[in-house]
Amino acid sequence: MTFSRHPSLWIGLGATGVFALLALVSLVWTPYPIAEIDIARRFQGPSAAHWLGTDFFGRDMASLVMSGALTSFVVAALAVAIGAGIGIPLGLAAASYGGPMEWLALRLSDFIFAFPALIVAILITALFGPGAINAIVAIGIFNIPVFARVARGGSLTIMSLDFIDAARLAGLGSWAIAWRHLLPNILALIIVQATIQLSLGILAEAGLSYIGLGTQPPATSLGLMLKDAQSLFMLHPFLSLVPGVAIVVIVIALNLAGDGLRDALDPRLRRQGAPHAAA
Amino acid sequence: MPLLEVTGLTVGFGEVESVGDVSFAIDSGERFGLIGESGSGKTLTALAVTGLLPENARRSGLIAFDDAPLPENERALARLRGKRIGMVFQEPMTALNPLMRVGAQIAEALALTDTPGDVGALLEEVGLEPRHAGRYPHQLSGGQRQRVMIAMALASQPDLLIADEPTSALDLVTQAKVLDLIAELCTRRGMALLFISHDLKAVARLCERVAVMHRGQIVETGATGEILGAPREDYTRKLVAASQLHLYADAGPPAGPVLLETEGLTRRYRQPGTWFLAGKPLTAVDAVTFSIHRGESVALVGPSGSGKTTLARMLVGLDKASDGRIHFEGETYTGADLPAHLRRDLSLVFQDPFGSFDPRLTVAASLAEPLRLLPAMSAAERDQRVNDAIEAVGLPAAMLTRYPHEFSGGQRQRLAIARALVTRPKFIVLDEPVSALDVSIRGEILALLMQVRRDYGLTYLIISHDLDMVRAIAGRVLVMQAGRIVEEGTPEAVFAAPKHALTRELVAARMPDLD
Repeated sequence: MTFSRHPSLWIGLGATGVFALLALVSLVWTPYPIAEIDIARRFQGPSAAHWLGTDFFGRDMASLVMSGALTSFVVAALAVAIGAGIGIPLGLAAASYGGPMEWLALRLSDFIFAFPALIVAILITALFGPGAINAIVAIGIFNIPVFARVARGGSLTIMSLDFIDAARLAGLGSWAIAWRHLLPNILALIIVQATIQLSLGILAEAGLSYIGLGTQPPATSLGLMLKDAQSLFMLHPFLSLVPGVAIVVIVIALNLAGDGLRDALDPRLRRQGAPHAAA
Repeated sequence: MPLLEVTGLTVGFGEVESVGDVSFAIDSGERFGLIGESGSGKTLTALAVTGLLPENARRSGLIAFDDAPLPENERALARLRGKRIGMVFQEPMTALNPLMRVGAQIAEALALTDTPGDVGALLEEVGLEPRHAGRYPHQLSGGQRQRVMIAMALASQPDLLIADEPTSALDLVTQAKVLDLIAELCTRRGMALLFISHDLKAVARLCERVAVMHRGQIVETGATGEILGAPREDYTRKLVAASQLHLYADAGPPAGPVLLETEGLTRRYRQPGTWFLAGKPLTAVDAVTFSIHRGESVALVGPSGSGKTTLARMLVGLDKASDGRIHFEGETYTGADLPAHLRRDLSLVFQDPFGSFDPRLTVAASLAEPLRLLPAMSAAERDQRVNDAIEAVGLPAAMLTRYPHEFSGGQRQRLAIARALVTRPKFIVLDEPVSALDVSIRGEILALLMQVRRDYGLTYLIISHDLDMVRAIAGRVLVMQAGRIVEEGTPEAVFAAPKHALTRELVAARMPDLD
């Protein structure tokens, strides 16, 4: 796992780490309070006092980006947790029980797949009103079938191996087999998928906030910043550029990290690098 | 003037030298065998001859085909491969395109080499019928697929056929037929053969001259009869000795009362039909009735697809019978409903030593897994049991903390036996226990199996298609075909005077002894 063998992994993890750190720091310190409105200093360009300038309310953009990144990360991470927490057991159960259980799990994930996150979010908003929590739930529900499919697909190839039969002979039930033998063997796949879903979650949160269904002011998120800045795009393009670039960089970093993890963790790809010494 | 001359061939990857200073020559029309265990460099040698080495390989030495050195130019090399060298690989399923009819694949081989020829004639030459041309690879049996591969290799009318373990994925009857086919084709077409195998008997059946490879080097070359009949080198002697299985006297007649009995045991699989209509059910095991006495060693013999493994899976409780019953020590079950307290008395050793251990668990954890079938025991007792089991199979207890990938195939099969022993069962089913192993270590594993059988007073049901192994370790043979048991008796009686057509075929397919 050295830098020279997996450069994209380290670049991706590094960039993600920087943003995550900035987001965490915003919990205890930001250059200016994000709710501090000062119309007198609005639309300032980058300066020593305001590194990324100020927006139309005179709020400090650097502070907003830090705080917005935190919202984006938290929403995406919780959504991944919901998706993985429900989807993985569902996929494992489908693979290890088979039969009606498998049918049920697959039809359930088909059903959820039929509703894009946006539609789910609109539905939840219509029922419970907009907010970050609803964005989390909507993106989380969308993540469930993704994790269920990855868990089931990975497990199916493992189910055909003899050690699963050996475990059945040893008296393990389907659930014990899933927990003890399947999960550890598909963990690499799941970690890679989680990284990718994290980046998709950040995009989805930005999308939901952009159309006003996600994070609500005075809290902020990268998507909300974009939404606020878009009407001023022709006059002050920099206001849109800052949150936009931040989203792009985070998503690219997470995807790089996901690809790098796949290369580093997937033994099939690892073996391709080694000599074919079979004879 | 030799057709193929290899001089001082060396193949390496990075620091490691996999093939070192290999030299041999094949005359036109000659059948030459390259013998070696897995990892001895025999496949790399063949790949070097065809210029198909992986990109990161270093090659040095001279390879001359028909007195001209192997062209460096990739196009010229490809033309040479296509026109003059035919290749047959080990696994015919992966070597054929699954989405193309086999006739089209053979036609493609003809078209690519601009050889006038006819798909039907080629199919006929390899013993298939013209109607097989319209099938997809998955609709053919393993032997038929290998015949298609041979037909493709023949399409260009090559001067040299390279066959890399062409029969090791096939059952013995098919194996013998394919070997005979290759021999016949070489004679009829005057084609030279480079035959790569770890199976001495297959080589002896087919080749006039052999070279023995060990750790990337040729240790001995000469006429087949001389090398295998009177080997000069220690390594060759070891190989020859390993291929002659020791006969175990105590495999003999039953001693105790009936331990396991089946009564009309049947397993039908539903096949997918059109729409909601169920397809015609496939009967894998058809009303099988037999009994095994305590202390016996019984072999279940039959070609692949005859239902042997399905039967075994029902006996140990991995599959459920559609009909019929199994009695074990006075208790009755139909398969998966095997009572929990009986599970510890039944065990199974799997065929593939590489898939039978969870790569993420230490060997100790895997071996201890079946102990949950026993009444609760202390941690110290558990460790003791696991230690006993691994020492019983001749491995040091210090290896328990390792992971499966750190073991060789033979060692893993020992560990699989240890896992089967850990609950101190009465009855063990051995599903092809040595067929995935190199010939040179088969003898060791069989000796171990007989040793633990004596030590633990076990009863064996051995599933196999290898008659030599069966003769060595079984006291009674059941012959199975298409889900039914068609013949039964002691190995001597069955093999000396086979009654059923299948048994006769099996006996005929046996490789001749080496001397």
